[in-house]
Parts: sequence; structure tokens; C-alpha cells
Amino acid sequence: MSAPGLRGGIERFGNTVGRVLNRGGSAAAPRLDLSHDIILYLEGITVSFDGFRALNNLSLYVEAGELRCIIGPNGAGKTTMMDVITGKTRPDLGSAWFGQTVDLLTLTEPEIAEVGIGRKFQKPTVFSEHSVFENLELAMAGNKSVWRMLFAKMTPEQHLRIDEVLETIGLKDHRAARAGSLSHGQKQWLEIGMLLMQDPALLLVDEPVAGMTPQETERTAELLVSLAGKHSVVVVEHDMNFVRSIARTVTVLHQGSVLAEGSMEQVQNDPKVIEVYLGDGGH
Amino acid sequence: MENAMEAPRKLAKHAPPTPYQLLMRNDLPSGLFLTVLAIVTVLVPILHLVVPEGNVLHLSSYSVTLIGKYMCYALLAVAVDLIWGYCGILSLGHTAFFALGGYAMGMYLMRQIGTRGVYADPVLPDFMVFLNWKELPWFWQGMDQFWFAMIMVVFIPGLLAYVFGWLAFRSRVTGVYLSIITQALTYALLLAFFRNEMGFGGNNGLTDFKDLLGMDLKQPGVRIALFVATGVCLGFGYFACRYVVRSRFGRVVQAIRDAESRARFIGYRVENYKLWLFTFSAMLAGLAGALYVPQVGIINPGEFAPINSIEVVIWVAVGGRGTLYGAVVGAVLVNYAKTVLTDALPDVWLYALGALFVVVTLFLPKGIVGVLPDLKAKIDTLRLQRARRAR
Repeated sequence: MSAPGLRGGIERFGNTVGRVLNRGGSAAAPRLDLSHDIILYLEGITVSFDGFRALNNLSLYVEAGELRCIIGPNGAGKTTMMDVITGKTRPDLGSAWFGQTVDLLTLTEPEIAEVGIGRKFQKPTVFSEHSVFENLELAMAGNKSVWRMLFAKMTPEQHLRIDEVLETIGLKDHRAARAGSLSHGQKQWLEIGMLLMQDPALLLVDEPVAGMTPQETERTAELLVSLAGKHSVVVVEHDMNFVRSIARTVTVLHQGSVLAEGSMEQVQNDPKVIEVYLGDGGH
Repeated sequence: MENAMEAPRKLAKHAPPTPYQLLMRNDLPSGLFLTVLAIVTVLVPILHLVVPEGNVLHLSSYSVTLIGKYMCYALLAVAVDLIWGYCGILSLGHTAFFALGGYAMGMYLMRQIGTRGVYADPVLPDFMVFLNWKELPWFWQGMDQFWFAMIMVVFIPGLLAYVFGWLAFRSRVTGVYLSIITQALTYALLLAFFRNEMGFGGNNGLTDFKDLLGMDLKQPGVRIALFVATGVCLGFGYFACRYVVRSRFGRVVQAIRDAESRARFIGYRVENYKLWLFTFSAMLAGLAGALYVPQVGIINPGEFAPINSIEVVIWVAVGGRGTLYGAVVGAVLVNYAKTVLTDALPDVWLYALGALFVVVTLFLPKGIVGVLPDLKAKIDTLRLQRARRAR
């Protein structure tokens, strides 16, 4: 009988200690301000690796609730751009703002995740030794401080939320399966599910349909389209049919800067784009 | 209407498990280990104290001390497994924390000697009188108080681990580089503690202990009390580690082991997780060292030797990395082998240890405790195939 009371006590103690020890945790993170309807500002971003300019004075704006596709030949700087936004790579020049108030260049990767930017990697990265369920549990939004996690208990509401996401990503029957044992496509889906659990304002999705069957690709397209509005979604993809099926606005990157931007039709008819990208076979 | 009815029922289905369920679910080996530990902790004192000498069942004081030592090693192995097996931090300097805990205990025991030393100085230990020191250095102050010394036993290793970890993890030092600097850490401490000017007895270390809490260390009752305390500490240490690895914190730590950058992008401050786990592990190692010293009766800088830390890693690898009970099994088995072999063929031991490590790495990647589950899986597949063929 006294055990739950004791646990509660330990938990309260842990939370108090946690507050003292983790000052500046989630509470200090600035809030996202979307008063100008723009969620992401990239201005004049330049990144060089050993003299090679991966990004060259790149400027890009993403509206709140938008679904944006980014295409471009290999080496155009798509992944580097994602690295800059998520804090993995620091640019030599330029500025990156999330809404009106958050300067992304001053934050670390976990802080950027905390203010509301989620990322799906090109190669599906899930926690292979954990079960599907645990992967989603770990990705769950909320305070991620050490002490909180030490005494964290799953609430029934959180459990339901995970069940919902399992349903959405079609892995309901695999909840107890080791994530490492899933097929490639299922891993991609699990990673998208983890993004959903994180519930970020901006989703960066790097090649979501690589290695998926046509049916899986179709379902991914539906999912991404349904996410836009509530979230802003930036998709980097090579599969032109896929881009055509979901894109409202397409940005074409070439040699580290924006070559063209507009609807799929406009972009496809742009002579510059035809020359550098669609012209040489269309990938 | 139906949905409104459905929600509470769904919620009820996900009622959180009771603490007991949380602790013991799906973990027969841990239950087995804790049971065996409890039996040993009760049985050894009886066999030593109650069963008369000369009876075949009588346990000699040598055996009691030996088993007590194995239990200290087991606690150290659990501490190493916690960071290596669960977080992928290969510390090759963990005996530094073990030795620091041991030194803290040794300092207390030295001050218990009092006037019974060779020079009969009421305050200064013999080696300080010998060095012509006139008063106790500041860091020896308070070590005559048992409670203070016991705090230092975990505080000093914890502090060193915290500072070291803060520097290393914040700079994102990982993998083999981290292993090398942990070796450097323990080697640096080895050299420092060898120096007489450090104030820890130089190469002789601290020894000639007389009393613990005013009771003679040579008395069987005290020996047994130490033994029981070791058993209890191992049990609680194991339990604490088990709680840690089974909490969500533990799942985050394992996630960091498997995909560090993914964990970062989800929003986990990876360096904080590593730092606290490393510090906790160092404190456990310090506790193990403190229990070890009064049982073996000496602590000297040799305990800092880099080879010792590597040996601990081998225990864990042999037993089964990533399972806490595996670490215990490895520590006990390898040390038992060491006791037998160094007695029978002293020159062979290091070669045997090296060979053991190679064999385990090549043929038993999950260690000894991984053999049974693997065998069972193989038998199951064979059975399945046979059943299919029969059909």
C-alpha cells in the first residue's frame, strides 16, 4: 500500500532535484512566434568544407503550415541545409531564424529539437535494439531532462497516443518487435512515427520514400499531405513522381543556392532548371 | 456515444504496472542472482561461525575473505557494465574510482590505528612521522569520522568522474579516444599516488589496519560483518543499476549507445545522460573499493595500474556485456579461475586471460550468459524445421 506513496515521494524528490540541477532546461527555450506567418528564415547561408562551398549564399523562406519540396541534383546542398537548420553544422555566414524569435545558430541540436524542429534522416535511423513501442516512447514530446526520465512513468493518455501513432504508421502488429528486425520501408515509417510523437512545428524529411514499395510511397504521400497545415513540412526527395504528387511549392537547389522556386509546373518549365537538372535525364 | 464509452476502458487497459511488476517482470536471471546472493550472504556466516572447525562444512576465514573479494569485484563489474554495456562508454580506467574509494576507506582505517602505530603518534599515521611531517594535511582532516569517510568513499570518485566526464562528454570525445584518456587518467593517478609527497603513503600505500568502528578487524565477527555488508551493498547496488537500466532513463541511455545523433535530434542532451551515468557508475566503483580494502587489509597505488581496469572489462565481456547478471557471473568466474591458476601455474595466468578474451570475443559475443538463450533458440529452430518436414 505504501509503495505508490513512496514512489510518488521519490518522484517529487527527483523532480525537485532535477529542477535544481537542470536549470535552463525546457523552460528556458524561447517560444515559437509565427506572427508573420513565416516559420523558417534562411538568409545568406554559406557553408564551406575545405574550400568546397556546400551552401553558397542560400536564402529560403518557409511559410507556416506549408508543405515544401526541395529537389536538386546530388551535391546541391540539400542535406547540408538540413544540418544547418538542426544545428549539426554551423554556417560560415548567414542567419537562420525559426519564427520571429528563435535564432537557430545559437542553439544546440537538442535545444533545436525542443523548440519544435524534427528531422528524419536520409538513411532510416531508429533505435534498433528497442522495440517499436519503445522507439515511439523515446521520441515522445515533453521534458527530456535526466531526472525526469529516471522517474518517468507512462500515463494512460501517452499510451493511447502511442497506440494512435502505431495505427497511423501501420505498425500496430509490430509494437513489440525489435526495431532492427523491421523491413527498410517499415523503418522509414517508424521514423516518421517518431517524428509524429515529437509533434514538432517544422518537420524536415530527408528522402522519405527511398526504398519503399509503390503502395508505401502512396501512403507516405497521403500522410505528409495530411500533416501540412498543422505542421510545416519540408521534404527533400529525388523521386519526381512523388514530388509531383504532393508538392504545392518546389524549391530547386543547385550548387548550394536556390535556382528556382514555384509550383511544380513553373519549375519544370524553367529553362535554367531544365538545363541543370531535368535536362540531364531527370534522375 | 460509443467513443465516449470506449476511452475510459482503453485507459484502464493501460493502467500503470505496480512497482513489483516493474522490477521483476521478465527477469528470471536477476531474480535467480539475488536469491543466490541472499543465500550466500546468510549461509557463509553460518558455515564460518556456527559450524565448528574441523567439520567438512566449515568455511575458513581465507575462504570468507575470498568470497567477499569476489563480491567486491562483482560490484565493480556491474558498475563497468552499466556504462559499457548499456551506454557504450568503454572506460579503461574504472579501477581508478575503485582505488579512490579504497583509499578513502584506508584513510579512515589508518586514523583508527591511533597510538598503536610503530611511532605511537596519536594523530599522524606512521608514514607521515617517517616523512617528518608535523601535522595532518588538510585532506586527512575529518577522516577519523566514520560517517565522513563513508561520504568521501562515494563523493571523491563521483566528483572526479563528474569533472572528467564533464570535460570529455561536452567535447564529444567518444569511442577509442575516450578509452585512451581513461587509461591516461588511471595511469596519472598511479604515478601521483606513488609519490610520498602526495600524502597517501607512497608505494607502500595504507596498511596495518587495526580497527573498524572500534572493533578488531581480525575478529571473526567483524570479518563476517564486513562480508554481510558487502553482500548487502552488492544486492542494493545491483538493484539500483537494474532500476536505472529499466527506467526510461535507461532506455534513453541505450538509445544513445545505438544511435547517438538520433537521440540528440529527438531532444536528449546526450552529454548530461552520459555524465550522470558515468558519475553514478564511478560512485558504485568507489563503494566496491571501500568494501574491498578492509577485507584484504591494504590499499596501495598498484590498484591504479591500467592493466587492472582492462581486466575488469574482460570480466564483463566474458560474463556477458549488457546484462547486469552477466557482469557478476564474469567477475566471479574469471576471478575464481585466477585464484586457481595463479596458485597452480603462476606464469600462465596472463596468457590464459588473454586467450580467454580472444575466445570470448570471437565465439561468444554475448558472453557466457548468452550461451543458454542462443542454444535454446537453436533448438527451437531445429524443432520447427523437423515439425515442418514431418508435415
